[in-house]
Amino acid sequence: MSTPATHFNEDARRVAPDLRHRGIIQTAMGKYETVRDQRKVWFQDWQGARDLAAQTKWDAINHLDKHLEQFVRNLEARGTKIHWASTGAQAREIIFGILKAKNAKVVVKSKAMTTEEIHLNDAMEHAGYEVVESDLGEFIVQLRQEAPYHLVFPAMHLTRGDIQETFRDKLNDAPSDEPEELTMVARRVLRQKYLQADVGITGANFAIAETGMISITENEGNARLTAALPKTMITLVGIEKVLPRLEDLALFLPMLAVMGTGQPITAYNTMYGGPRQPGEADGPEEYHVVLLDNQRTTLLADAEQRDSLGCIRCGACLNVCPIFRNVGGHTYGTVYGGPIGSVITPHLRDLQDWKHLSYASSLCGACTETCPVKIDLHHHLLQNRRNASQGKPSWLQKLAFKIFAPVANRPGLWSLTTKLSRLGMKLRALVNGSVLDPARPWTKTRDLPPIAKQSFREWWKEKESSKLQAPSSREIPSTKHQ
Amino acid sequence: MSERENIFTRIREALRVEAHAHGPKGLPTTADHRRVLPAVGATTEEQFALFAKNAVDLRAAFKLVKDNSELTAELRALRDVESWKRIAAHRGQQVEALVVSLGPPVLFTDDGCDKHELEKCDVGISECDALVAQTGTVVVTSRTAGGRALSCLPPHHVIIARREQLVPDLSAAFALIKQKHGANYPSMISFITGPSRTGDIERILVLGAHGPKKLTIFCV
Repeated sequence: MSTPATHFNEDARRVAPDLRHRGIIQTAMGKYETVRDQRKVWFQDWQGARDLAAQTKWDAINHLDKHLEQFVRNLEARGTKIHWASTGAQAREIIFGILKAKNAKVVVKSKAMTTEEIHLNDAMEHAGYEVVESDLGEFIVQLRQEAPYHLVFPAMHLTRGDIQETFRDKLNDAPSDEPEELTMVARRVLRQKYLQADVGITGANFAIAETGMISITENEGNARLTAALPKTMITLVGIEKVLPRLEDLALFLPMLAVMGTGQPITAYNTMYGGPRQPGEADGPEEYHVVLLDNQRTTLLADAEQRDSLGCIRCGACLNVCPIFRNVGGHTYGTVYGGPIGSVITPHLRDLQDWKHLSYASSLCGACTETCPVKIDLHHHLLQNRRNASQGKPSWLQKLAFKIFAPVANRPGLWSLTTKLSRLGMKLRALVNGSVLDPARPWTKTRDLPPIAKQSFREWWKEKESSKLQAPSSREIPSTKHQ
Repeated sequence: MSERENIFTRIREALRVEAHAHGPKGLPTTADHRRVLPAVGATTEEQFALFAKNAVDLRAAFKLVKDNSELTAELRALRDVESWKRIAAHRGQQVEALVVSLGPPVLFTDDGCDKHELEKCDVGISECDALVAQTGTVVVTSRTAGGRALSCLPPHHVIIARREQLVPDLSAAFALIKQKHGANYPSMISFITGPSRTGDIERILVLGAHGPKKLTIFCV
């Protein structure tokens, strides 16, 4: 039967030994690590900044109702229309309602993971709208009909040659494989789309309660144009994106840039608080903000893992994760990949269907250590494991512990078992690696560590008896096989 | 019940159990932010030097000019080198007369303009609200810089700033925006740092992905 878990295993098995994939990812990550570390040093106190960011997000999330009310009140005061969606289907319905009312044909989008989450592009294309992703990376993966590979770098897994080929096939325009020229092809194509588009759809990095503004962090200016040219603008934003005050951005804008791309600050950080206001030169006539729950309140109700709603989607935990770097972004089969995706997907979708992601971790803690808002990522993975096995215990595990407990509680039986195990190890060596090997799932890719030649109890007994013979001995026994 | 009420009910229900806080509660102060964020010099000279360094690092051109006549000369030189045929600008105190004096026809965006016409302009010239030394950022708004598209659609964005518009850091920039616009915020506030860029192809930097390929900042 094909399940998310079997997909994950199959894809991981295929991608992990793929040296081409590995080379591309190592090069991209290497460049990222160098600049990220330079920028962390630029801060006077990077660890202190993480503390303040976590503190701010704690307040934002734990007073979410208060902040959301303020956010909405301020936006409405400047003529923004607010919509509420409990589910992805409701959000799509709301957006379709706006597109219909505006008689829209061409929709231009700037990068928004929330729209991936509700599968908006597919739905709009099926309904006959022309939908264009304007972020270069998103545009490339859209042409290839692929999902974004990474939260921040959607086309990280592609080389310039791959992209030239895609442009040649889909746009009939690929003068060379130079990144500069390929970018200019996309610029030309997308300029025309911008001028035609009836509606622009964006996401948001932050929602500022105090002033009723959304804030978008970007480098290309594609969100700027999406918010400037079409007559109608729609922003789809998760309810957890609130920040209490405008000045909180002084901390979050540089932190997001440092962790996201290794920049001191991105080229454009723009706050939008309404449609074109009286006296302004341009801007959309109508501005709609769609606030999306889609199981975020389920995660909010889990006080233990609530901090994961503070995620700013910088992608830093993906970049440092040994699992992500080996299995790649597409293997997760989720909108949000890497450690943060493994933590939140079981909450946003279904714990039993996605519990395998809790094991897509070496529990090394690199994600927790790098997270700019200090989400306790690797412990949340452990909690998800616990919750999943409590919810639906595995009969094999239950049986194993049923046998283990009485054996471990009886010293005689335990001693006999360890002796038998040592014998078993010797016999297993004869079938090592073959189909008869009971440890095959493990030994296929790893060595099985040998059981110690002597148990602690045996060693202790030997030591005590030798002490009786030579009480002055201060010799420290070898600890090699303890 | 409306979806709004449904969502608020779920939020309030969820928040009945308080989450553990790892550190102090309450919001950090600006002094807290300044303790951890990148340092800026104490004097205006140091801050101008920092702004200039950041701007150049990010591939923007920055020039301090003595007076309006030097500014005019600089703009004329740019006009000739890039052979500007059409200029876009807004009727700001500092730029209106200046851009008209340059010669090529000027498209003023203030009362709205055809986006196709704006797209054909070689340069967009605007004022700004602030320069941020800490990051080399220019702050523009839809009210004070000719709308949303002027600073983003033409291939070259030229900013005309005044010396007193320099602020030390992002915290000061947000405080300034609050003080200047707090009673009635413009619909867009943009922090622009360098020209438009992308690294989406093999993480190689390319300028002018969608917005301006060039950003020039003159400070009088």
